[in-house]
Amino acid sequence: MYRKAASSRPKWEDTLQPVTLPFFTPSDDPGPDFVGLLRTLKRPPDLGDAALDPTQITHATTVVAIRTADGVVMAGDRRATSGHLISHRNIEKVFPADGLSGVAIAGAAGPAMEMVRLFQLQLEHYEKVEGNPLSLEGKANQLSQMVRNNLPAAMQGLGVVPLFAGYDIQEEKGRLFQYDITGGRYEERDYGASGSGSLHAGTVIKLRHNGNLKQSEAIALAIESLFHAADEDSATGGPDPVRGIYPVVAVITKDGFARVPDAEIATLTGAFLDNLNGGA
Amino acid sequence: MNMPMYVSPEQVMKDRADYARKGIARGRAAVGATYADGVLLCAENPSNTLRKVSEIYDRIGFIGVGKYNEFDQMRVAGVRHADLKGYSFSRQDVDARWLANQYAQTLGQYFTHEMKPLEVELLVAEMGEDAAGDQIFHLLYDGTVMDTKSFVVTGGEAEAIRGRMEETWQAEAPLDSALQQAVAALAGPDRTLGADDLEVAVLARHNGRRAFRRIEGAPLVALLSEA
Repeated sequence: MYRKAASSRPKWEDTLQPVTLPFFTPSDDPGPDFVGLLRTLKRPPDLGDAALDPTQITHATTVVAIRTADGVVMAGDRRATSGHLISHRNIEKVFPADGLSGVAIAGAAGPAMEMVRLFQLQLEHYEKVEGNPLSLEGKANQLSQMVRNNLPAAMQGLGVVPLFAGYDIQEEKGRLFQYDITGGRYEERDYGASGSGSLHAGTVIKLRHNGNLKQSEAIALAIESLFHAADEDSATGGPDPVRGIYPVVAVITKDGFARVPDAEIATLTGAFLDNLNGGA
Repeated sequence: MNMPMYVSPEQVMKDRADYARKGIARGRAAVGATYADGVLLCAENPSNTLRKVSEIYDRIGFIGVGKYNEFDQMRVAGVRHADLKGYSFSRQDVDARWLANQYAQTLGQYFTHEMKPLEVELLVAEMGEDAAGDQIFHLLYDGTVMDTKSFVVTGGEAEAIRGRMEETWQAEAPLDSALQQAVAALAGPDRTLGADDLEVAVLARHNGRRAFRRIEGAPLVALLSEA
């Protein structure tokens, strides 16, 4: 009745087909680890060792996270590029990780989206199998391992550098984490930024963050920081009133992850741009 | 040379069935019933940590009765199966019918081929887009599957409890009366069951993507005492 853990591993061409109930002997059991479960059933693709042409790969760029008095605000621009070309104008880079946390991505879009999907599933899978959700710290460490596992691909130009933020129920505050390409995990006190425009966006936030921002102030600051990042960095997209494309902004508080409606971001962006004109 | 003793297949099956039934009858019962906003899952379970009722997927819930390690193994396999299926295809491709079939295959396999049958009965509930789509599958130790849109009673003294449920159950009842009827049926005329003796969860249409919610503590006490 038990499925043997893959000793002769299946070929990548065999797509995963979950046709029977997965049972394991106690010694092979992957526990509440969905990634471990996947690993017993299929292996990741072999990329070879040639570097990939960066102009062929879609990259997602600037994302920020800002801590507020009630939790965290996360935001990301909407542009994806392949080399010097704009490949998508309205991709999303900010996602709920589970009910109380969010993840924002920068880097190679394909592996990044897959990482987010697996991360979301990993948290939900753990919660269902174990009966309790992971701690915020545990979630941050899980993402760290996923980024670390991506290192071989990163060496070939498929790096993914996410931001992770959430509301910590035990400590009753918002917390946010930055990563580096090796899976290094760094908790930040007030803000974090990732992607090609992160230097500019981060500087704008750094100058304005007083350590105790209200949520509305943090949303306005996120919009401002992404505007300036887009102003300086060709891979970051600015607000596009003609097509009605604005940054994705989400708030995470003790009530959970909620995306701020586009209409509200459009109004706030309009106010910011008017202010910019008035100041000139 | 020792000759193996001849035992008729009928006798083997009967012995196995008796063995499984005895194991299941020792445990306390559970009820799955549709109500106005989805499916109610209610088990008599004095333990706070060893769960009988649990979440499988967005719209799918699970109750296991009988031997804990055996139905918990089934539960975890179900979660894994559903998450793998949703990962390789799409979330909307995961359905209870498929899962119930897989459980039936496994239970049937154990019943006929393994040393001993699994001493479990399972209930797989799926919440539909509307009340007409709600469905509850009942799986027996030998792999028998039954499906219903009303209610299922499983575990010890199921016959008596089923009789009581038949008298009181109504389609599309509100949650409080559906729960109170289920609890009264589980308790019988001579006992009362309080919030501490129960494990209650719902698959409710207003809960968003993951429809499964446990009801425990003060909200459960309130639901039980509402007139």
